[in-house]
Amino acid sequence: MTAPLPRLPHALRLAALPLPLRPLSLLLGALTRRMAQAHPEMTRRMGDHADRHFLIDPVDLPWLLLLHPQGQTMTAHRRSRPPACDARIAGPLSAFLAMMHGAEDGDALFFSRDLAVEGDTAAVLALRNAIDDAELDLAGELAALSGPLAGPLRQALLRAERASGLTLHRQDDFA
Amino acid sequence: MMELVCPAGTPAALRAAVEAGAHAVYCGFADETNARNFPGLNFTPEDMAEGVRFAHARGAKVLVAINTFPRAGAEPLWHRALAHAEAAGVDAVILADLGLLAHAAEHHPGLRRHLSVQAAAANPDAINLYASAFGVRRVVLPRVLTVEEIAAINREIDVETEVFVFGGLCVMAEGRCSLSSYATGKSPNMNGVCSPASHVAYAEEGNDLAARLGGFTIHRTARTAPAPYPTLCKGCFTSGPQTGHIFEDPVSLDATHLIPRLAGAGVRALKIEGRQRSRAYVAQVVRAFRAAVEAQAAGRPLPESQLARLAEGQKATTGAYAKTWR
Ligand code: SF4
Repeated sequence: MTAPLPRLPHALRLAALPLPLRPLSLLLGALTRRMAQAHPEMTRRMGDHADRHFLIDPVDLPWLLLLHPQGQTMTAHRRSRPPACDARIAGPLSAFLAMMHGAEDGDALFFSRDLAVEGDTAAVLALRNAIDDAELDLAGELAALSGPLAGPLRQALLRAERASGLTLHRQDDFA
Repeated sequence: MMELVCPAGTPAALRAAVEAGAHAVYCGFADETNARNFPGLNFTPEDMAEGVRFAHARGAKVLVAINTFPRAGAEPLWHRALAHAEAAGVDAVILADLGLLAHAAEHHPGLRRHLSVQAAAANPDAINLYASAFGVRRVVLPRVLTVEEIAAINREIDVETEVFVFGGLCVMAEGRCSLSSYATGKSPNMNGVCSPASHVAYAEEGNDLAARLGGFTIHRTARTAPAPYPTLCKGCFTSGPQTGHIFEDPVSLDATHLIPRLAGAGVRALKIEGRQRSRAYVAQVVRAFRAAVEAQAAGRPLPESQLARLAEGQKATTGAYAKTWR
C-alpha cells in the first residue's frame, strides 16, 4: 500500500480516444446490472443516495462514466461533453479498482490526493461504503458475463493485471 | 495478552477484522443509536446476528455500540437496539446514557455492559459510580488522559479499562462537544455524526482545495498537501493575532509504542478507531496491532508502525497520552 499508484500510459489513452462510446456503454451497463443484481444489499445500503448520479472520472482514460445505482446503469461520455451529475469522483483508474477490490482504503486515497471528490459528499460516502461491503470482484463478474470464454478471459485478466499493476480481482489476502 | 478491540462499519469489515486477528470487534446498528451513523454504514439486526455467528465461530467477540444519548420521547429506538443486540448474542453493549444504562441493567441483566467513551468518565469517582449503580464491567477512557493518569485511575477502580491506540482523534471530553451542533445542527452525541458528510463540500479553488462544513471554510490546503476532512476541532481558525489549528492539528492517533506503558498502567483492552473506514484499513491496522500486542505479551520489541499513510493528515500523534496542552 506504500507504492505509488500506477497510471495508464498516455499512448493507451490516445489509442482509446476514437473508440465508439455505444458498445462501451452497453458493456458497462451489463456489468453494472449484473453486479447490482448479484449484490442487492449494495443498493439497500445506499438508501436514498442510490438515486444520485455519480460522475466517475478516471483521469487517465479518455472517457467519463456516469453511474446511477438505483437505475442500475453506467454510461460512457466524452470529456468534452460532461453530463450533469450530483457528485464527481476523480482519480487514476488504478485508484478506483484498488478501492473497489479492497486493496486500498478510500479515505487514505483521499487524504493523499489520489482521489478528489466534489458535490454530494454524503452520497459518495454511501457509495464507497456500499461497494466496500459488497466485496466485488471485477474479474469474476466479467468472466460470468462472458459464458464459455470465461476461462481464457480470466487468464487474460491475470496477465493484464501483472503487466499494468491494476487490481482487477478481489484481494482476499490484504497483506 | 491485551485485548484488541477493532472497528467494523460493515459485515465485510467485521470479517476482515476477525481474519486479521481481532480479539473483539465493535459495531453498531444503522440508525441514530450509534455514534458512527454514516451513510452506507452499519448493521441490520440480521447482519448483526450473522456477524456474531461468524466471529464466535473463530473465537472473537462482538461488542455493540449503542452510545448516543436518546431523545426524549424517542427512547423505544434505543430500547429496541438493546433487545436486538441481546437477541443476536453479542458479548457486550457499549453505552453512554444514564437512562439507557439503567434500562439495560433492569431489562437485560445478562448483557455485559461497557461504558462508552461518549460518557467521558475520566476519574475514579465517576467510574465507580457507573460500576456500582449500573454494573458496568469495562470503561472506555476518553482521549484526554496521560498514561500516568490512567495508571492512577486503575489503582482506584475494580472495572476493566479500554483505551484508544489508533485512528481519528476526538480531542474534547467526549459527549460534551457542541462544535458540530453549532455548524450543522447535528452532533455525535445526539445524531451519531460529527461534522456530517451531508454538510461537507469540497471545492478546487485555484491551486487550493477548500473544505467546507455547513458553509464555513474549515481548511484551505495547497494542491500538494494532504487533504483533511473538515472536522471542526481540526480546522484552521483565526483567533486574535493567531491563525492556525487552534484545537488540534489534522493528525490521527498512533500509540503503538506506548503499548508496554499502557499495559504497565493496568489497561485491559486497546481500541482502534475507524468504523467509517474500509475493510482494507481494518485489515491492515488490525494485523499491525495484533503483531504489536503479541510482541508485548512475549516481551519482544514492538514492530515499527507502518500505518502513517492511513492516518488523516498522513501524520500521527500520541495525543494526550504524552502531551502538554496548549
Ligand atoms: S469536533 Fe472534534 S472534539 Fe468535537 S466531537 Fe467532533 S471530533 Fe470530537
